Amino acid sequence: MTSVKPPDLGVDGASRIAPLIKNDKVHGSLYTDPAIFAEELQKIWYRTWVFVGHESEVSQPGDYVRKRLGLQDVIMTRDRDGGIHLLLNRCAHRGNQVCDDAKGNSATFRCPLHGWTYRNTGELIGFPFFKGYGGRKLDLAMGRVARVESYEGFVFGSFAEEGPSLVEHLGAAAGEIDRLVRLSPQGRVELSAGWLQHETSANWKLLAENETDGYHPQFVHGSIFGVTGSTIGPLYSDASTAVTRNLGNGHSENDLRPEFRKFAEPMRWFGTTEQRVPNYVAAMRERYGADAEQILIEGAPHVMIFPNLFIAEIQVFNIQPVAYNRCVQYSTAVQLVGAPELNKRMVSQCVGSVGPAGMLLADDTEMYERNQLGFEAQQPEWLDLRRGLQRERIDDNGFTIGGATDETGMRGFWSHYASLMVAQ
Amino acid sequence: MTSTIDSTDALTAVPDGFDVRDVEQFLYREARYADESDYDLWEELWTDDALYWVPAGNDSVDPMESMSVVYDNRNRISTRLKQLRTGRRYAQAPQSNLRRLISNVELLGGRPTAAGGDPDLEVGANFVVLESRARGNHVWGGRVTYRLRRVEGTLRMSYKKVVLVDRDKPLPTLGFLI
Repeated sequence: MTSVKPPDLGVDGASRIAPLIKNDKVHGSLYTDPAIFAEELQKIWYRTWVFVGHESEVSQPGDYVRKRLGLQDVIMTRDRDGGIHLLLNRCAHRGNQVCDDAKGNSATFRCPLHGWTYRNTGELIGFPFFKGYGGRKLDLAMGRVARVESYEGFVFGSFAEEGPSLVEHLGAAAGEIDRLVRLSPQGRVELSAGWLQHETSANWKLLAENETDGYHPQFVHGSIFGVTGSTIGPLYSDASTAVTRNLGNGHSENDLRPEFRKFAEPMRWFGTTEQRVPNYVAAMRERYGADAEQILIEGAPHVMIFPNLFIAEIQVFNIQPVAYNRCVQYSTAVQLVGAPELNKRMVSQCVGSVGPAGMLLADDTEMYERNQLGFEAQQPEWLDLRRGLQRERIDDNGFTIGGATDETGMRGFWSHYASLMVAQ
Repeated sequence: MTSTIDSTDALTAVPDGFDVRDVEQFLYREARYADESDYDLWEELWTDDALYWVPAGNDSVDPMESMSVVYDNRNRISTRLKQLRTGRRYAQAPQSNLRRLISNVELLGGRPTAAGGDPDLEVGANFVVLESRARGNHVWGGRVTYRLRRVEGTLRMSYKKVVLVDRDKPLPTLGFLI
């Protein structure tokens, strides 16, 4: 019988966290300890690159949209020169929220409490009755996310003034975003269909781990695969030639291309045929020439980008934590610029699948929540992570890969998590 | 919140032949089938051109281009119910315990149908549902717009739009028929 006491936890973070993470198991307290959650906010959410939104959500100068970054309310703005900013929604005077609309268009934000006014770059441009301050200028401004960078329009923020660039953080996962973007005949995607917001009573890491867990789909999603005759189930079977790849930096993917190459049918990845979407296929062949067949056969990526961006073929998820046992999943449909034949179908399929009533994601979410409740039982106190460890191999590009149903992605997640949490 | 699907400009006068008491009895029955997860009887209430819509967010949006919580045509209603009937739709297995109240029932007017002929009767109402499950209890509330039609003498529902009061906030899993 194992002890119900957590392993010896030292006082400083490094010695507290390191013993909880092994290559083949992780300790249950990582999902239930409010102190570890508080430390994650500082060492992950408020330090590393975190996905916030997409440039297409603020397509015009003056556009703004409110977002979450960790526990913080952030305003993503586009200034008059086209620059993207992530401003903290807090007045520099007394901390009141300066923006109360979910989105809109405005060159300035005016705090309702005392009328302090800011440009959409965060600069303080005015405050009433200035004589009370002895002048018209004050050395104050809205708080800002220190670094903001985009990759193919996906906007990420990092509160760390210095550190790896976004491209360095994305590493090999950038190639998966490239694969998504290449599905547009104009080489651009937009996230313009609005976001569903799904409240989830579970630790955020359960979601990050599940996104490339190829072991669960046949069980959790058997009900919908069965009634729709979906072809997704066999992709995540023991017989599947798909692989789970640790992309490094905590990123992982289910690479389904080996299965789609086997069939070599354009648009099979989208559950359709080229005859059903002739204009799209023609536009793709026009744009990509000889490369088009491969793109049309291999389809979209299924990649989890640490810590919170999940691209699941035609849908995108933004996971934001709320507490050790709560998070929110934001989900939307990918929209491919120049592909009107596909875009409405993508919204329709996505609405059927994701969000609070989605025929796939509501069942995942039920599992996350029961998993969190399961942790209230204190034994066995570790979560097992060894699936596929004995059959992992290194691919031609030096990445660790496992079978379609193996826990290779989770092990990659935890390895990176450990490196961030143990750092001071 | 309106879009081209439900613009109030298109409403005509309340069509003849509908008794408000009959209409209320229909709405209460629909509510009871949903509360008791009686999927077969609930499905029978729908017409063949059914639309079951739960919008998301606060905007006036086109559901063909924007995300909704639910946007089911008749075919997808059928798929949703088939999934529920498997007993392995975990978001609703075990089923939620549910009871709802419907009130403020108003006959709003006639809604021309795509097929022509007599307009559907458009009815508005407010509702509150108490849902109990292992996750906890949740109170769902909002405004429903129904469209009703007589098919071979029996009232049927061609449209149900459920505008949640908290549609602009994160929502917990909505596994039951709202």
